[in-house]
Amino acid sequence: MTVIILLAVIGIIVAGGFLLGFIWAVRNGQYDDMYSPSVRILFDDSKKKDSTGIVTSDTENTEENKIDQNHF
Amino acid sequence: MGTPCIHCGEDCGSQPVLWNEKTFCCHGCSTVYQILNKSQLEKYYEIQPMAGIKLEKTINNQKFAFLDNEEIAEKLLTFSDGGICVVRLYIPTIHCASCIWLLENLHTLHSGVSQSLVNFPVKTVNITFNNREITLRQLVEMLASIHYVPEINLAKLDKKETHSNRTLLIKIGISGFSFMNVMLYKFPEYLPGGDQLGSLFTGFFGVMSFILALPVVFYSANDYYLSAFKGLKHKIINIDLPITLGIFTLFLQSTYEIVTVQGIGYMDSLIGLVFFLLIGKWYQGKTYQALSFERDYKSYFPVAVTLVSGSAEQSIPLSKLEKGHRILIRNQELIPADAILLSGVANIDYSFVTGESIPVPKKIGEMIYAGGRQSGSSIELEVIHQVEQSYLTQLWNQDKGFGKPDSSLGSIINKVSEYFTIIILAIGITAGIYWLFYNPSLALYAFTSVLIIACPCALALTVPFTFGSTMRVFGRAGFYIKNTEAIENLSKIDTIVFDKTGTITLNKSMDIRFVGDNLSGEDLLKIKFLASHSSHPLSTCIKESIAGDQRFEISDYQEIPSMGISGVVNETRINLGSKKFVTGKADDAPNTSNVYCFINHSVAGYFSIANSYRPGLESVIRELSKNHVLYLLSGDNDSEKNNLGPLFGNNEYLRFNQSPQDKMSFIEQLIGNGKKVLMVGDGLNDAGALMESSVGLTIADDIYSFSPACDGIIESKQFERLPSFFGFSKLAIRVVILSFIISFLYNLVGLYFAVQGLLSPIIAAILMPISSVTVVTFATFSIRLMAKRYKL
Repeated sequence: MTVIILLAVIGIIVAGGFLLGFIWAVRNGQYDDMYSPSVRILFDDSKKKDSTGIVTSDTENTEENKIDQNHF
Repeated sequence: MGTPCIHCGEDCGSQPVLWNEKTFCCHGCSTVYQILNKSQLEKYYEIQPMAGIKLEKTINNQKFAFLDNEEIAEKLLTFSDGGICVVRLYIPTIHCASCIWLLENLHTLHSGVSQSLVNFPVKTVNITFNNREITLRQLVEMLASIHYVPEINLAKLDKKETHSNRTLLIKIGISGFSFMNVMLYKFPEYLPGGDQLGSLFTGFFGVMSFILALPVVFYSANDYYLSAFKGLKHKIINIDLPITLGIFTLFLQSTYEIVTVQGIGYMDSLIGLVFFLLIGKWYQGKTYQALSFERDYKSYFPVAVTLVSGSAEQSIPLSKLEKGHRILIRNQELIPADAILLSGVANIDYSFVTGESIPVPKKIGEMIYAGGRQSGSSIELEVIHQVEQSYLTQLWNQDKGFGKPDSSLGSIINKVSEYFTIIILAIGITAGIYWLFYNPSLALYAFTSVLIIACPCALALTVPFTFGSTMRVFGRAGFYIKNTEAIENLSKIDTIVFDKTGTITLNKSMDIRFVGDNLSGEDLLKIKFLASHSSHPLSTCIKESIAGDQRFEISDYQEIPSMGISGVVNETRINLGSKKFVTGKADDAPNTSNVYCFINHSVAGYFSIANSYRPGLESVIRELSKNHVLYLLSGDNDSEKNNLGPLFGNNEYLRFNQSPQDKMSFIEQLIGNGKKVLMVGDGLNDAGALMESSVGLTIADDIYSFSPACDGIIESKQFERLPSFFGFSKLAIRVVILSFIISFLYNLVGLYFAVQGLLSPIIAAILMPISSVTVVTFATFSIRLMAKRYKL
């Protein structure tokens, strides 16, 4: 049964890792703006210059990018 | 209804501006479209159709000249190493996904920008740029050219970013982490046979719980100790005192049990309590980040002024402006200090100061108060007071430290907690003394049990959750409140004072009648066409009041500042303007806005222009006057007395010709008589009164634009709902009281065990969370339900 002590210690270490991750994220400013990242992720990279300098575009499916005004 | 503008969605009217077969309402919008089109940024219009911003006024090209001044630029930059600079700009017009997309693609517009990041809730954009390729001024001008005009003012310069929100989140994180783990250690004790746990486990779990409780007790909860201590110093027993007492008794009792290897005591209840309390604090504190309620004159005034010395012009920071300096004020610029007009034609728009939107002409040698905005050509002024000593800034800056009683002092929660603490201590001591005689070993235990179980967690959560939900309900309805205390104060209001101009009257829309001969439809259209050539607010009013649209030939058009306009329209000479200009006779009623009209070789009459009242004013006043005493203060003359008298019941409730100082002392006097006063105002001239009142509300057409320091901002469209807001705040107080009763009932159950010395950790662990959860659910749900009923 004493193995429970070992498990409890491991549990604390794992959870502590997540706690440190959370503190890092807060200090890093990830919780300062909870809105824009949710919008940003929906934008396509409309223009990308690859290493050769050729402009590639992928502006299809712009319909999906229309965001309902009610969200604001 | 014509076609909507591709850029901003406004009606283009009958003569849209065309570019590339696209329709625009004005040249400004079309220019932005062209800029974006050139850089292949049309996607802006796809993400959110018609997302653009329409600028009502053109920006003069010197507006941002002060950014060339290194001293100012340096203050604005958050980072600079000579080449790479980072600047954080506040752009109040950020409103949708398209804005985020465009502002984060600034690098396509100019290669000097390497990165830009929008923070949507606070409406700022962080821009990293290379100042060898683009200067700060060019960057800001580029933003202005796409109609995202940054607001740069003194207050923003002085203030550095604060991260209090981050600290709270970290505290919640730590207490949540400890809470989960300690619950795990505590759980075996609650199971049948839990008391047979070996001393190895009891000891180990005890030590672990103790270690995990340390950061919670000494870091996460420290704000409560501080607040309780501050309260005691001012001889006030606030809600944080019983919380502090409870936390420490829990901690000491549990530590004792851990040291004597009896178990882990109440550590789980203790940490859970702190965790819940912090969540309540977070819920309450999530307010309107982009709105500012604490503005002083600094956020209204410009950062720099143009100094004239000889023939040279130079931009200097406002703080360096001194008495005797000669300054140049351009069109649409603000007068930063009281000054005397030296040269130029001054037409000062005091709309923000007084609410009156019609510019006041000033003669050379006349004094001009700070706060006005010049409209027309540039003027030169000599400063006679320093910025801080100007008439309005002084009024605004008066030390209000002792004027306004600490709003949290009389709050319901503090009154309750005062009695609560005393009663709980009395019960605890009585129980202790009782057991001292019958079973001395139980005496201390009974005493601490009472303090532990009575720890007012549920009580403390009532107010944040009830008022926090109320704030959200109000916010959705267009009424933004500074903090939860303002809601409580609002419910106690018995006297309401209204400002007139701009508050109960409309700023933009005017009530226009033509007094005189009957004019034919064609004559009216001609007058409209003439008026459309002038940008003077009165011309705009006349133009908007006449229906129809027709183009004519116009020749010999001239505009004489502060007099009127004149022109030949289809061979008919038309003069529009002041009585003196049109008829040649002296103006006998200088306080009225009458525009005389000369047409068909004679003076046909005049347009009488008066402010129109807000729609629904009558019903608002009738509704509010049932339970409140209403007053009206106006800086104007009493020409509207006969209209307003019946509305407010009696002429004695109307005060005219009130200076900003008068308004403030009037409120002071009411407060001195023990009244709870609500002041509803809109401008700088109400700033003193707003600060002095119990609750100050500002009415604003655009909530992000400048408003004086206040407790709440109400969207002007929502003015009609003012009585509902009042009713709802009273209801919120009732919900708070009911929640109090619920939490007292739980406390009674707990005390029943505690005074008998029968309180076990399991009773605490069940009672404490249940009471908190009940109260929180009751508070939030009843507010939601009531909001539906009130249609808010």
